[in-house]
Amino acid sequence: MASPEQTEVRRLLDIAIRTPESVPALPPRELDMLLRVARRAGVLGRLAARLDDSGDLAKLPAAAADQLTGRLVMAESRVRLANWELDRIAWAMADDTETPLVLMKGCTYVLLGLPNAPGRVFADVDLLTVEDRLEYVEATLNRAGWLSQPLKPYDQNYYRKWTHELPPLTHPEREVEIDLHHNVLPRTARLKPDGVRLLERSRALSGTRYRVLSEEDIVLHAMTHLMFDSDLADKLRDLVDVADLLDHFSAASDGFWDILIERATELDLERPAFYSLRYCQRFLGTELPGPVLDALARWSPVAPVRALMDALAERALFPLHPDRPSRWARLSRLLLYMRSHWIRMPPWLLTYHLTVKFLRTRLFRD
Amino acid sequence: MTERQGNPERARDLTSAEFRQRLKSGLGIGIGPFAAHIRAEPESLVHPLHGLYANYPLLPDDSVFSFHARLDLARAFPRVHRRMLRFSVDGQEPHEPMPAEQALPVLEWGINLVIAMRSHAFLMLHAAVVELDGGGMLLPAAPGYGKSTLCAGLSLRGWRLLSDEFGLLRPRTTDLIPVPRPVALKDASIDVIRDFDADAVLGPSTPNTRKGTVAHLRPPGDSVALAGEPAAARWIVFPRWEPGEPSRLTPISGAEAFMLLATNAFNYELLGEAGFDTVADVVAASRCFRFVYSDLEDAVEQLTALAREHNG
Repeated sequence: MASPEQTEVRRLLDIAIRTPESVPALPPRELDMLLRVARRAGVLGRLAARLDDSGDLAKLPAAAADQLTGRLVMAESRVRLANWELDRIAWAMADDTETPLVLMKGCTYVLLGLPNAPGRVFADVDLLTVEDRLEYVEATLNRAGWLSQPLKPYDQNYYRKWTHELPPLTHPEREVEIDLHHNVLPRTARLKPDGVRLLERSRALSGTRYRVLSEEDIVLHAMTHLMFDSDLADKLRDLVDVADLLDHFSAASDGFWDILIERATELDLERPAFYSLRYCQRFLGTELPGPVLDALARWSPVAPVRALMDALAERALFPLHPDRPSRWARLSRLLLYMRSHWIRMPPWLLTYHLTVKFLRTRLFRD
Repeated sequence: MTERQGNPERARDLTSAEFRQRLKSGLGIGIGPFAAHIRAEPESLVHPLHGLYANYPLLPDDSVFSFHARLDLARAFPRVHRRMLRFSVDGQEPHEPMPAEQALPVLEWGINLVIAMRSHAFLMLHAAVVELDGGGMLLPAAPGYGKSTLCAGLSLRGWRLLSDEFGLLRPRTTDLIPVPRPVALKDASIDVIRDFDADAVLGPSTPNTRKGTVAHLRPPGDSVALAGEPAAARWIVFPRWEPGEPSRLTPISGAEAFMLLATNAFNYELLGEAGFDTVADVVAASRCFRFVYSDLEDAVEQLTALAREHNG
């Protein structure tokens, strides 16, 4: 049973995400709590953009309007920083026209003008390329001034041997991190999507050096990142991304749902698609057509696993009540944190990795 | 903030017991354009905070707050015998626990930190702001340049204190918005201000903080009472305390002032074009100077003369 506090958090977030037009009518105490939980859930900027569009922002009490405006200003500044970083990367890569550089996540949403972009605060530039060009891109960026943080040999090895990305690169004059990927999940993960197939369906973004994933792959990547590469804690924003993208692409093209279902199977991403679609429907009211519901029935894990995941995910995705956090929610988050490791590495590697981490932090205070 | 029926309740209207109870359950305070909600557990805070915030308006519980700041006592593993403080904003801790003896500076810094992190609806310059006869003066400086001491001195000699830390403006306006806060004085500055004015109300000194010994000056009553009234920017004075130097005011070009101001702001870059335009407008509306000083009394006289010369 959800506590009354948690029910209130859910109700307010539902307003923030689905019916922003009813925000100005909220009594001050509820508006105050809504702002707090929306900030925590990462959807404050999205709300700000929508209220700004509708003209409702000016109707709010100053303390609310200023917070929302502040978040919007921050989101806009991140877009500026990311655009400049992309400009500089294109400049550094000017001699090479062959190596594909595919935008992922935040940059894609912004450059394609997708509906989840306005007000969305993101920090990194994520790029996907072919695995055997990774080192070339890295070396080119290194020569142009980007550096990765000096890492311990163990961490260097960890990134290069086991994950799907290189250690983040940052230009010393700027603060944006570039993550170079060759896939959407670590090499060691249970699920084995094929990075090359993602690249094959990508398309050039006219007027830029970059490419974007196909629509269905944009959505599948958002789903996979949330459900299989994170601990879900306070990641409601990422689920809202998925819901916004589903709404947008399915409204724009009739065949979208079928293509999405087929592609999830093709890329071995049925499970993240299952959970994401299920939670979009349950928590965000996304309407799924019959064929998608049929696919969900096929893709479902066994009932006890599904029930456990449902219970944990709900408690992790929605932020805790800031003044009265529930113990169950904390436990759920711990369990999902453990799951996030479990699904990213086989048991022998997990044991080794955690042992190294434990010894380093506890014994050597490193 | 508009005043509703009559004067709002102020912290000084509460008894010590009431203030303690409100602080532990959650106290709403208006700090210029910010509505702060503060909840603090340490008993040692009750008396000093009640003193420093005596003149501040209290806000009803059912307000929309700019932030909810909390200071809780905790035992820190592995040194469980040591009392530590956890500072949190809306349930998140921006930094590690701090020693319990430092409750007052930790809370004051924490409030500045959350204002600096969130308030991008404003351009936030790193500056003290004072006003005399309707003219606003920005005193932008990095820590250690004597900015707080100077604005404390001015505020004890008839100037209105708008802020000791934040030069706050709405983008594309040149009105300086007050954020009156207790003025954080460090080390030798504490005695300088005590000697400067016997009536200065200072909170307790906290030794051994990461910024040395810290004590807070209660902002004068006027400064808090007029927190809703901005002051038009008229002077930008870049102060620098240099031991043994006579007070010296040197005019500088608008271009130089622009660069100094823009590179010493909390969110100039974050605001992008609006930041550029606002700094340009403020500089254009102001006379700009560098100001070297060592003797506070003399410095206050010079700046007062500058203001009177213009206004008279």
